[in-house]
Amino acid sequence: MRVEPVLLAATEPGNQPVHYAAASGVFSLSWLLIVLPLAGAAVLLFGGRRTDRVGHIIGTLTAAASFVLGLVLFATLLGRDGDDRALSQHLYSWIPVNGFQVDVGLLVDQLSIVFVLLITGVGTLIHIYSIGYMAHDPNRRKFFAYMNLFLASMLLLVLGNNFLSLYAGWELVGLSSFLLIKFWEDRPAAATAANKAFYMNRVGDVGLALAIMFMFATVGSTSYADVFGAAAAGVIGYGTLTAIALLLLLAACGKSGQFPLQAWLPDAMEGPTPISALIHAATMVTAGVYLIVRAGPIFDGTQAARTVVVIIGAATILIGCVIGCAYDDIKKVLAYSTVSQIGYMFLAVGLGPAGYALGIMHLLAHGFFKAGLFLGAGSVIHGMDDDQDLRHYGGLWRYMPITWVTFGLGYLAIIGFPGLSGFFTKDRIIETAFDKGGTSGYLLGSIALLGAGITAFYMTRLFLMTFHGKPRWSSEGPAAKHPHESPVSMTGPMIVLAVGSVFAGGLFVLGHSLQDWLEPVAGTGVEGVHTFSPVVLTLLTLVVTAGGFAGAYLRYQLRPVESVARPDTEVSLVTFAARHDLFANTFNETVAMRPGQYLTRFLVWLDLVGIDGLVRGSAAAIGGLSGRMRRLQTGFVRSYALSMLGGAVLVVGALLLVRAG
Amino acid sequence: MNTVPWLTILLIVPAAGAVVVAALPRRHATLAKQLALGITLAVLVLAVLATFAYDPDKAGFQFGQSYDWISTFGISYSVGADGISLVLMLLAALLVPVVVLSSWDEVDGGDAAGTGRVPAPAPAPDAGGSPGQVGDGGIGGAGGIAGAGAGAGAGGVGGGSGGGTAVALAAPPVVTAAAPAQVATPAGRSVPAFFALLLALEAGMIGVFAATDVFLFYVFFEAMLIPMYFLIGSYGPVKEQAQRSYAAVKFLVYSLLGGLLMLAAVIGLYVVSADNLGHGTFDFATLRQMEITPGVQKLLFLGFFVAFAIKAPLFPFHTWLPDAGAQSPTGGAVLLVGVLDKVGTFGLIRYCIPLFPDAADYFAPLVLGLAVVGIFYGALLAIGQRDMKRLVAYTSLAHFGFIALGLFAFTSQAGTGAVLYMVNHGLSTGLLFLVVGFLVSRRGTRDVGAYGGLAKVTPVLAGVFLLAGLSSLALPGTNSFVSEFLVLVGTFTANKALAIVATCGIVLAAIYVLYLYQRTMTGPIVHEENRVLHDLGLREKLVVAPMVALIVALGVYPKPLLDIIRPTVTATYADIGKSDPAPTHPAAAHPASVHPASVQPGGHS
Repeated sequence: MRVEPVLLAATEPGNQPVHYAAASGVFSLSWLLIVLPLAGAAVLLFGGRRTDRVGHIIGTLTAAASFVLGLVLFATLLGRDGDDRALSQHLYSWIPVNGFQVDVGLLVDQLSIVFVLLITGVGTLIHIYSIGYMAHDPNRRKFFAYMNLFLASMLLLVLGNNFLSLYAGWELVGLSSFLLIKFWEDRPAAATAANKAFYMNRVGDVGLALAIMFMFATVGSTSYADVFGAAAAGVIGYGTLTAIALLLLLAACGKSGQFPLQAWLPDAMEGPTPISALIHAATMVTAGVYLIVRAGPIFDGTQAARTVVVIIGAATILIGCVIGCAYDDIKKVLAYSTVSQIGYMFLAVGLGPAGYALGIMHLLAHGFFKAGLFLGAGSVIHGMDDDQDLRHYGGLWRYMPITWVTFGLGYLAIIGFPGLSGFFTKDRIIETAFDKGGTSGYLLGSIALLGAGITAFYMTRLFLMTFHGKPRWSSEGPAAKHPHESPVSMTGPMIVLAVGSVFAGGLFVLGHSLQDWLEPVAGTGVEGVHTFSPVVLTLLTLVVTAGGFAGAYLRYQLRPVESVARPDTEVSLVTFAARHDLFANTFNETVAMRPGQYLTRFLVWLDLVGIDGLVRGSAAAIGGLSGRMRRLQTGFVRSYALSMLGGAVLVVGALLLVRAG
Repeated sequence: MNTVPWLTILLIVPAAGAVVVAALPRRHATLAKQLALGITLAVLVLAVLATFAYDPDKAGFQFGQSYDWISTFGISYSVGADGISLVLMLLAALLVPVVVLSSWDEVDGGDAAGTGRVPAPAPAPDAGGSPGQVGDGGIGGAGGIAGAGAGAGAGGVGGGSGGGTAVALAAPPVVTAAAPAQVATPAGRSVPAFFALLLALEAGMIGVFAATDVFLFYVFFEAMLIPMYFLIGSYGPVKEQAQRSYAAVKFLVYSLLGGLLMLAAVIGLYVVSADNLGHGTFDFATLRQMEITPGVQKLLFLGFFVAFAIKAPLFPFHTWLPDAGAQSPTGGAVLLVGVLDKVGTFGLIRYCIPLFPDAADYFAPLVLGLAVVGIFYGALLAIGQRDMKRLVAYTSLAHFGFIALGLFAFTSQAGTGAVLYMVNHGLSTGLLFLVVGFLVSRRGTRDVGAYGGLAKVTPVLAGVFLLAGLSSLALPGTNSFVSEFLVLVGTFTANKALAIVATCGIVLAAIYVLYLYQRTMTGPIVHEENRVLHDLGLREKLVVAPMVALIVALGVYPKPLLDIIRPTVTATYADIGKSDPAPTHPAAAHPASVHPASVQPGGHS
């Protein structure tokens, strides 16, 4: 019943013509944001082994320089008027063909600058962390080169001022992700995971490419200004607008590991842990959320597409949560947690302008606590000689206190402990879902609420199995483990991120600061009538969360944990399904991979026997004939020469005839 | 500057070079290589200078020259360049020196230690009836006929290779690795003849793009076959004599068949011109103005089209390509797929579309259908291959599908993209063939199963391999993205359904590239021989450097090439009455993005 006011508000920000001021002053240096890490990558890749000793320093410094520049730009933006904070910079004409004019250009505005700070900030921290984490890897230089390449690509993605620049960044982050997942490429699993990630992302990329083609065919341009201007003016038909939005959504699902393209993300954990933190938790996988918010003027005009967005978000929340409970691999649990947290973001942005800012808020908070959790996991794995199995951990708090505390804060933040980041950002999403009103509002709100409870369960399970309970490892014997705290270069970034996990959420919510900041891009929802009063809903959420916590505490703290998981035959059907990713891989294999393989084999056969065979068959028939005619000849060359001669005679004769005629 | 006969110079330098190099005694292998490199580099410099002299915004052919040749039939030596042929000549001029340098040690094994390959004893030549070994006498004459007058290169080649193969019989049947490279090459192959063939091929390729007389075009079209035939038949894999003979003959038979059909159409065109104009002519510019009845157009179109569809090749005329690609020496494969095949796609937009506009319209659905089938068929077959060179050849089938799609979508974006695609495909697939060739020269096998885990042993080679692959799958930031996206977006404005289907092909492209990379470069090393492979040497780095640089540079800043191609393509479509569909809801004029009228040969600044 309160669907209407929200919808009305939806069109509000778009009603003004979209216009970006030209970048000047310090903003004309925006391109350096991208070029700095790109130059770092180029130096490290082309410099070869000569740069081995300084690779990590160059990589970290260029990332940090980009971050500092981002801060300067942010500060300058703060000093400008609210409606004068979008600056577009034309760099050069990229693909000009008559009506199709695409430039390389950047847009610094409230939305992109927030991402710039997240990407370069978390990026720099993870660079520093990796100095220690990758210290003994012979290819550390390459690792930093790829990370820099990733930063440059991701910055291009969020800074581009047209959809084709975004697409370039979009595919290039896919490349960086591919390179880093298969970083230890002598492991077949890593190489396979990298390919899988690229393939599934390409499916999404098809969506983005087609969306851009639709835009060009409709509006004659791919620039944000033109496309959003036309979308806001309402001149694009509803069908076209919905098609574009759904294609964008397909792209977003691919990049963000959302249903039905979620299966690659857990496999991507084959990459080094800092990569899981940076790319597959904090930044790249949230690009789908960015895309939807950026394309807000398009989604605003199509209720149908937004409905699909919330459905996908809600479904993915549950998928991620359920599977997250079943895995014993610490990184896979965190990966499914990421899947489900991004589901929350999709749910939020699918709710329209009321949710855009909330989605971004949760994205930023998630960037802090999930990056922190992954770095903590990396520290644990580092201390446990690369063992990632939760069932082999236990009681580690005593041996790695800093990791315990920082990880603990991230854990409390993600389950929504009062006062920490997740508490503010996730609660608001649940609240807004309920406020959507009607049956769908109740349904979405309930799913989000349930998700909060399950999140508390599996995260508590993970936390307790790692840091508490009796040690399930031994410091003696052949498989002796000697857990130890990580070096300062690793714990430093973990501490910073933990601080962020604690305070970021509160900071964003305080006086609506982030919502107000984003308002010119994202618009605002109306403060309508609440389905539940915020206080009631907060209490409700806390109860559900506490329930999840209690369940895990009873099961994994008060009862001993087996160091070997029960075999598949002895677990419930739900656990079995969850352990097998709810059969997503089985589905993909049955529906796409196997038939594809059979088709390929069939075509190879067909080409050899069918098409080529047909040709050869007729050739053989002729060959038999010519064999008899060729008695006086020796070999192909002579017959070729003869036929050439004959041909020439024929030509001359024909010409003479024509001439004569 | 414009009075310089650029095209004739570009033709004569490699042709004369071919004669000179062919005349060198076999023992002067090094001199032959150096000469060939010098000549081809000179051609490259000249081609670049010509590009600077070219004015993209001027309509019609530039650097035009015309002399009567066989005036009785109105045949003339007429050359000229437009934006399309210019960039393809530039591509040929770039790839040939790259191939010369990459083939440095291919024929004679270089300084033995150079590649680390141990040539297996060659089988004794089968005196019975292997191609390229017997009956050399006829070839010189054939070359002379095909290239009469204009094709000095072709004639020279025939002689050169004839000499080479003649010696092949005299050489000892078994050659061991220990034998001095200069004296006894594998299978007794002549080094000067090889490089002379490359030079002759270059002359042929430049001629075929430069010709503005349809008969002259046909002559070059056929003359090009001869050096290529010998490159496959005489310089293919040493150990696979039967297969390479088979591939060479198959290539020849297919091409000749197409050529004959085209010849019929060329003559038909002449007949029509004689009827229409009172005097027969082969002059392209004149023929283009001529009205031909739709029925005749269809027949003539098919004659040209089949020839070009075989040459390009398009599905289902492709089965010669995997064989030829696999059995060519690496350099030959690069030129075959990189440039020679472009003659087919070039012919489509130069001859089929402007000469027979009604027929082009009529057959467009058929061509578009074949193109889209080719995109998927080529990609799926590439995924299924174990022979790396065949694999790359099949990827080309998919790429040619994109090119044909772009050409027959009849929009300036798709057409410009398709022509740029021709150049980009030469770079990306050329580089892929080169890198595969490096691998084969190290391990002596094309079977993908013999590799695995090489990224650890040969990181630079692996990096270049990946970059070539990324260009092949059209990743943004590489050259191919620009052309592929232009083709797709241009097609989309004209035919949404087709473009949507074709776009799905980019998923398969990712699979065939990365699956190949996975099998060769990642995973553990399973074959002990692979542990000792060495990374790219200096010469090999020099070979790939310009390709790598261009792949990135043209991805980031393709405007210079687009500015050359666009006016010609736009004019071609405008001439047959095709204009770009306007956007359905154009954005309000915005200072940052002013859209010029879609069909405007002169373009904007």
